[in-house]
Formats: sequence, C-alpha cells, structure tokens
Amino acid sequence: MFQPIANPTTKPVAPKFGDKDLIRRSASNITPAAQRQPEVAKLIDVSKCIGCKACQVACLEWNNLVEEVGINVGVYDNPHDLTPNTWTLMRYSEYQNPESGNLEWLIRKDGCMHCEDPGCLKACPAPGAIVQYSNGIVDFVHDNCIGCGYCVKGCPFNIPRISKVDNKAYKCSLCVDRVAVGQGPACQKACPTQAIVFGTKDEMKKWADFRIKDLKSRGFKNAGLYDPPGVSGTHVMYVLQHADKPQIYANLANNPSISPVVEIWKGVTKYAGLAAMGAFVAIGFLHHIIAGPNRVSAEDEKNAEKLTEGKA
Amino acid sequence: MTNSWTDIKNADVVWIMGGNAAEAHPCGFKWVTEAKAERGAKLMVVDPRFNRSAAMADHYAPIRAGSDIAFLSGVVNYLLSNDKIHKEYVRNYTNAAFVVQEGYGFDEGLFTGYNESKRTYDRSTWDYEFSADGFAVRDMTLEHPRCVYQLMKKHFERYTPELVERVSGTPKDKFLKVAEWVASTANGERAMTIMYALGWTQHSHGAQNIRTAAMIQLLCGNIGIPGGGVNALRGHSNVQGITDVGTLTAAIPGYLALPAESEPTLESHLGKRTFKPLLPNQTSYWQNYRKFYVSFLKSYFGAKATPENEFGYQWMPKLDTPYDALRMFDVMHQGKTTGLLCQGFNPLMSIAYSGKTVAALSKLKFLVSMDPIETDTARFWENHGEYNNVDTAKIQTEVFMLPVTTFAEEDGSFTNSSRCIQWKWQAADAYFEARKDIEILSDLFTRIRKLYEKDGGKGKDPLLAVDWSYKDPMHPSADELLKELNGKALVDLKDADGKVVRAAGQQLASFGEMRDDGSTDGSMWIYTGVYGPTGNLAQRRENTDPSGLGVFPTWGFAWPANRRIQYNRASADPQGKPWSDKKKYMYWDGQRWTGPDVPDYVPTIPPERATGPFIMNQEGVSRLWVRGLMADGPFPAHYESFESPLAANPIFPKIRGNPVARVFNNDMEIFGSAKDFPIVATTYRLVEHFHYWTKSVHANAVIQPEFFVEISEELAKEKGIKPGQLVRVWSNRGQVKGKAVVTKRMIPLKVDGKIVHQVGLPLNFGFIGETKKASPINSLTPPVGDANSQTPEFKSFLVNIEPVPGPVA
Ligand code: SF4
Ligand code: SF4
Repeated sequence: MFQPIANPTTKPVAPKFGDKDLIRRSASNITPAAQRQPEVAKLIDVSKCIGCKACQVACLEWNNLVEEVGINVGVYDNPHDLTPNTWTLMRYSEYQNPESGNLEWLIRKDGCMHCEDPGCLKACPAPGAIVQYSNGIVDFVHDNCIGCGYCVKGCPFNIPRISKVDNKAYKCSLCVDRVAVGQGPACQKACPTQAIVFGTKDEMKKWADFRIKDLKSRGFKNAGLYDPPGVSGTHVMYVLQHADKPQIYANLANNPSISPVVEIWKGVTKYAGLAAMGAFVAIGFLHHIIAGPNRVSAEDEKNAEKLTEGKA
Repeated sequence: MTNSWTDIKNADVVWIMGGNAAEAHPCGFKWVTEAKAERGAKLMVVDPRFNRSAAMADHYAPIRAGSDIAFLSGVVNYLLSNDKIHKEYVRNYTNAAFVVQEGYGFDEGLFTGYNESKRTYDRSTWDYEFSADGFAVRDMTLEHPRCVYQLMKKHFERYTPELVERVSGTPKDKFLKVAEWVASTANGERAMTIMYALGWTQHSHGAQNIRTAAMIQLLCGNIGIPGGGVNALRGHSNVQGITDVGTLTAAIPGYLALPAESEPTLESHLGKRTFKPLLPNQTSYWQNYRKFYVSFLKSYFGAKATPENEFGYQWMPKLDTPYDALRMFDVMHQGKTTGLLCQGFNPLMSIAYSGKTVAALSKLKFLVSMDPIETDTARFWENHGEYNNVDTAKIQTEVFMLPVTTFAEEDGSFTNSSRCIQWKWQAADAYFEARKDIEILSDLFTRIRKLYEKDGGKGKDPLLAVDWSYKDPMHPSADELLKELNGKALVDLKDADGKVVRAAGQQLASFGEMRDDGSTDGSMWIYTGVYGPTGNLAQRRENTDPSGLGVFPTWGFAWPANRRIQYNRASADPQGKPWSDKKKYMYWDGQRWTGPDVPDYVPTIPPERATGPFIMNQEGVSRLWVRGLMADGPFPAHYESFESPLAANPIFPKIRGNPVARVFNNDMEIFGSAKDFPIVATTYRLVEHFHYWTKSVHANAVIQPEFFVEISEELAKEKGIKPGQLVRVWSNRGQVKGKAVVTKRMIPLKVDGKIVHQVGLPLNFGFIGETKKASPINSLTPPVGDANSQTPEFKSFLVNIEPVPGPVA
C-alpha cells in the first residue's frame, strides 16, 4: 500500500507555496522563483481503477461545483464530457485485446494533466489568468480570465471549458488549496483502491515502476508510465496497461505537443501583454492564426470580444 | 464473512462470483487490489456480465444467470475426480468420513422423502449411521461406499466440464482455468477467498449456491486460514448488525430461535436444541443455548422474568409460519393487514412484483414511513404516469411520513461484513423536525403501553411485562442499548470454589459468563464482550496490526469474542502445527492455543483430545453433507430458475424450479415461458448509487442519471436497437423502459444447443428523487423465494425486449 497522507491538523496552517513560487504567468514577464519547490505529481493507475466515480464526486464536493443531472446516452460516462463544473470525468472504453483475445474495460480518469510546459498558459492572452507554480501545478486565476477560450485551443488534451454563466475558463486545479497545506487532492483522498496516489514526482515515478512490474508479470508487456515528453512531462501521470497505445484509452493523446501556432503567439505575448497590445490587435491576430483551423465557437468569440473591449 | 475485509490481502487467489465487489463494495475491494499489488494474487470473476470487478480480473468466465450450482458442482467434481483436495483437512476437519445410513438415495433430481403435493421433504433418511453408543459411525479410510466422501464423488461425477458448458454456457477452457486456479490452493500453502453477495442469495436455490461454495472451500482446506473463507459481502453499512439483532423472520437476537407454536413451554423449546455431541470429546457449543436464551429473556422482561414463570417465555409470540417479506405482502394483498410501519424500508422498490405490492399497500388502512428521505413507497398512491400508474381516487390508505435522522445525526454502532462492531459519533444535528428512530419508537411504545394500562386489550400482558427501565424512557441512549445487548451480572457470580468472579451489576466480559438460572442478562450473546467491564470496545480505534496479517485486534470489536477469523483452529493440522509456514496463524504451543487472533476453540484443549475445530457443530467438524439442515437436500443439485430459457432442466428434465421452493397458492401462472420471454434478465446495483436512497442525492444523480438496460451487440442487432435508444423490457408481470447501453461486456451464450441472450437491469432508479423517473425494476421480478431463506429470485428471470420508436438520445 502506498503510505496514505496523514489527516491534517484542525489548526490553520500557513500555505507552503504562493505567488512567490510562480515560474510562469500568462501574458506576463516574471522572474521565476530562484528555487523550485519539489515537483508534485498525481499518479493515476488505470489498471487499479474500478470506475466508481468517487473521485468525480469528491471533486464536485471539495470545489463546491454543481453539475446538472443529465441523461443516459448509452454509455457509463456521465456527464458526457468535461464541463465548467466537471473538472474530472471517468471515460470508459471497451477494448478487445487482439493478442490475448480478452475483453478489457479500460477506465480512464480524464482531467488536466498539469503539463510541465502548459499550452493553455502559453496561449492565454490575459495577464495572470493562468499561472504555474514551481511545484508544477498549473492554475487558472479567474479574476484575470477574459473568457476568450484560447486556453482550450492551446491545450493538447482538450481540457479547459468556458462557463456560460460567468464566461471564464475552468479546469482542475490539482486542489492547489489542499496541496498548499500538505494534503493530496480530493480525488486522491476519495479513491478507494489507491488508483490515485499523490506525492513528489520522483516518488510517483518510483511507485509507477512497482506497479508496472506487477502488470508485466501479468502479461501486459507494454505496461508503462504516461509522462509525455512533448509537453516536457506532466504532473498528472498515468500507469497504462498498454502504454504503446494511449489512444485506446478514450483517445488519450498519443504524442501530445503544443501547437506551433501557440508557440509563435507565446512569443508575442511574452513581450507585450494583452493590454499593451490593444484588444483589437490581439483578437485579430488570434482570430487569424489560432481560431482558423481550431475554431473557438462564435459565441465564445463574441463574448470574449465584448469582455476585452469593456476592459480595454 | 468467515474472515474479514482486511484479511483478503492474505489471499493468493481471489474468486468473485455471485457478487460484484468492485461495484457494490468499492471500499472493501481495496483489499483485493492490495492482494494483487502486494502479494501477486490472481483475481478471477465469474458473472453473467463483464462487470467492474471483471475489469480488474486476471481471468473472467461468463455464466448464464441462475446456473451457478452446475458451475460450482463442476468445480467440486474437478477437485474430487482429479484428487486435488487437501486430503488431511478433508479427512479430519469435515464429515467426509461419516457414514450415511441406508435408505438415502437421489434419483432424477429428487432426494429420498419427497412429497409432491406439499412440496417438502421428509428428511429422515438424510442422516448418519449411529453406533450403539449414540455416536456417528466414521470410516477414516474414506472407502466405505456410504461415507460422505464416496457419496459425494458419485453425486457430483455428472458435472463434467462438458456438462458445465452445456448448462451454464461457460466455454470449457474458461471453466477449466477457474477449476485449476481453485485447485492450486488445495494444499495448505496457498489460500483462496471467495467473495459473494446477492448474486448467489437471490435465487430459488440461493442457499445451496453458497453451500456449494463452502464445500469447495472445505475440499481445499480454505476455511479457518488467513486469506481463505466464504465471505458474504453485506450490502449496507449495518446490515450485518440488523441481521445479528434478530430481524430475521424466525429469530430473536443472536441467531436464537423465536418460539414456535409447537413449543408451548420453555423446556419444549430448549429441549429440542440441547444438542449433544456426535463424536466423543466434542464441545458442541450449542450446549450453551439455554444460557443464552435465559439471559435474553432476563434482558427483555427484567425482574418480571423468574424461574417460576419460565423467565417470561409465555409472553413471547409463538410463530405459526415465518413472515418473510414476500409472505408479509402476500398476506397484505389478501386484505388481512391493517397497518404497516416501514422503518427505513422502501418495499415498493425492493420487493418482487411491484404490481402486487401497490395493490397490497392500497388495501392498508394506514402506512407509516419512518425514513430520512421521501420514499417511493410513501408516495405509492400518487400517479406518476407510466412509472406509477395508479388511480389515486381509489386508494384509501392514510399515509404518515415521520422524518428520522440519518446515521451521521446520532450516536450508535455499525457492524460491518467483518462482524466488526464500530462505534460512530453524532456529527451533525438533526435536520428540521427529524427525530431519532429510537425516540419515535419509544414514544410509540410508551403511548401504546399507557393505552393498554388504561383500556386493556388483547396482547396486553407482554407489553406491560417488557422491562423499559432506561434512564430516560423516551430517549434510550445508544450507549445503554449496547450495554443491554452485552449483558451484566444480576447477582454476584461465583465460580465452583465460591469465589466471586463477577460482581452484581458488572458488565459481562464474555458469553462464557452467561448462566441459565436468571443470574445474568444480555439480549444478544454473540455481542457479549463488546461492552464488558472495561467499557465500550466498539470505540477502539487503534490502527495497529502486530502480526501484519490484517488482524487489527484492537480496532473495534469483532463478534464473537473479538475473533477476526472464524474456525481458526483449522489453520493448524491435527497435531496443532501450522499447515505451512506461509499460512501460520493459530497453533498449539505446548500449553495453549496461540497466535495473532482469539482462538475459535477452548484455548487449553490439547490436540491429543482430537476435539474438532468446528465447535459450533455437533460433529466437531464441518459438513460437506448437511443432514436435514436444509430444506432442499443434503447435497446441492442443479435446478433451473423458475423462469428458465430452456424447455426443461437439462440434467433432471422432470424437475421445474427448485422442487421445494414456495410458490404462493401454487400459482405457477405468475411465471412466463421461454416462448414469450426468451431472454434472461438479471438485476444489480450500480456503484454510483446506494440502493434507492441516492437517487435523491444530487451528486449521485449527476454521475448516473437515468435507468438503462445493458444488452449485447448481437441482441441489439437482432432487435434493431441503437445505442442510447429507449427500449421497453417486459416480463409476465410488468414492464420498464430505459436507455439501451449496447456493450461488448454482455455476450450471448450457447446453452443446451441454443443461443441465450441475457440483459442487465440496474435497480437504483424510481419515480421519486433527482434521477430521471423510472418504473420500479421489481415490476418485472417474480415473487418466488429461496427454499430455505425465502430470498426472492431477483437474479434470473425471463423478459422480452423491443426498441421504442422515436429519436435516439
Ligand atoms: S492539460 Fe491542458 S489545461 Fe492542463 S496544464 Fe496541460 S495544457 Fe493546461
Ligand atoms: S475514485 Fe479511484 S477507483 Fe474510483 S473512479 Fe476515481 S480513480 Fe477510479
């Protein structure tokens, strides 16, 4: 058993990290913290996940999110996609293994991967709407968000969602508030089978090795860790029975990387924040190079325009 | 459970069948993932559906719902015919060597003694041969043609792998892999645990399903050892507690029997149960029945219970027939019931054949629903369109809803599947006008008693005799109640030398201190010790495990006697040595029985005395052959479900269903035939919900919002059903509509030469709550129960299915 994180004290504790520990801030120039906090990671072991959705509910509860009651459309996934309130979602795939002839029910917990090199942050034109702490956590700062939706386009995992209610982008925060006081994320705490464990990235890699050995001994010769180099690794990692085929896990990105367009854009925002550039220039530019093939919805676009105009 | 949740981590093979632990017991399932990850254990799952547990398994074998006995008997045959049994265990710790009397026989699916018109057996031929001294005759060579071992070999030989495939639809290779993995534990070096739940119990032959599993575990020597056991996973946080405390229809607390009409005196009741040992030197623990019974009566009637009045035995109700839930509603349906008090009970959803349930509730004068949530039952009179299509104007039943607190709003205890009693403390105040169950009941009791005092009436004496001397009669505390279950000394208790061993008023430390002369009380002997002289042990929260075997001896209190693994004397060989180092648990150290647990044995009886490890049995050993203890046979036999997709039982063609299961008024009309209903249906819960409660909880409704029907791709194609499309499922008794989940996890099986389709029906939905409205799933199920326990046959019945035209979601 992975040594569970002890329960917190009931007394107030000072957060272990904060603004001084930022290494990246969207559309801003910052001096990164001189010393990095130990990098953290959440390890999701797909081979141990029973798909109970306790993590999904824990996320709703801890973050005070209220999701709508939907309908069944013929699958176990509910809701049917990530939403501004559903930051993590269990996705179920039925895989007929051609080698063993066995059916496998692969259940993957989808949500923000907390990329070491976050495409969302690089695409974001609003200063300080997305930040990254030196321990690796990528967090959205909603007061600064303009709702333009470019983070959605910049994310190689299709994670952030724009709320129709307040027109801001939402995604998993890796329970930054809990981690700051020495706790693991709420989903990890709720998981009954330790399919989710949390610790430093080094610890997680070691634990993953232990798990992969077990899977290999059971005939999963391609079992491995998903920590994709295209985004310089992630702070949410998966243990997969078939690490050579991430796509069979409800289309997990095979080789995720940040779109080159975002990289160019990142060059622009680095030197001139949104305000300095002027909203019209910014929107025009984005519309031209990002929204073209990827398409931010017309509504998002309009909302974004309205908001940024109001601010400018 | 014979073992405990935490003990599952000691298993080398985990076999889940007749249950779906990952789905229904996700927290306990962690011990399965532990056994796999830390021990390299193998998990195998046998189920009609490739379910959430199967998703975690190293081996999955499909099975036709309702054919478990054929499958399990196939395993028994495999073990016996390949001689892959733990011989010394079987010889010494089971009744394999016992010789059965002449006259017993089994023919065409029937045991000797069958009475067709009564649908019962005369069980007199199902007994041992006895010698002149009254002891059972044994042949330790296991060669006597009438010894249990030889009878077993003969009885089970027909269940070949081919027959299993033909009856259960399990491909032979998949069956054989299960059998081989089972056999890999028949040696005292490795252990297998069996985890089951209502997938085994809810059949007209449910009790025999479990018994066959027990036989397998005994043949392998897997009872009484770490990582072994036959483990019933209980479906509510405290359903073990509620069973212990005597809500079974014919029981009083602690599994003692309710008096029957045929037992007019206390002596006649006790006399029948003063079991004597069937072998020399056996303990036969039930010799103490009398002490437990008298202590119970003393708790119930206090000072009014005296030797002169049979300790109040005459105030106890005398049972004419068992009133299980099915019968209760049958009687109600006949219009013979005036009022129903539903305490934490939603029978409209949970009892078979909802159509009959609504009709029965409509005949009541009044219905009281004591529940923290609004139940479908409390609103049975309300028209909810096709989901509950009643004519409100015609229903005269008056309904009262009494909101009660939830578990978190009161002190008390939970007893989990591990038999571990754990205290819990009130965490929140009662919501709005909710009151505790015990307060409502005390209030009712006090008022009714006053009325009797004033006006008299039938049944007055027992009510006036009950001892209700709680500190505050209107609010008995959970603390007082647990103390009462435990029991205390009423006078100074002295040992043979006259020394006081327990002073008057002191709590009892163990049921061994109970006496049959009225000098002790205690209403539930099995819990004695939980609240002994040192206080409330259910409150212990010491999370240490010195042996590393998952014993956690100072966490809560496991009944009986804080024992974590039952029958644990069997973890050592007849000489008292562990069967192997790997399975070392309880052993004889030359002076006494020792080890990390509390011995399930008299700690000082040396191995030479050859006292059997199964001290609760008169034989001192476990029973492969159950004599007359089960209604439907001393051995299991494959019977089809009452609704079977086959024209006849493929093994015993003359037998329909379980020949001794109760069918009300012999009403076979209630069953549909395979011609009109060719598809096998099974019902189950979903991990996202808890029974019919959480459909009223928003977050749970979000993650599983709507009733659905699981079908195979093949069946979908045959019927023209698209994924997500609304389908209608109907049986001979009712219909439901839900969304089609078309999945590879359901596959058609080839059974007795024909293709049999199965559909899966989750049970958690209804017409009250936050989830989308649905008809009760039990509109479909038949009101027939297991021959022994009357548990309804929810797990295998017949339906038909068709798409409902309209847009697909
Ligand atoms: S997964 Fe997407 S949203 Fe999360 S950090 Fe990476 S790029 Fe940003
Ligand atoms: S809580 Fe754990 S086991 Fe349950 S769905 Fe989430 S990751 Fe899987």
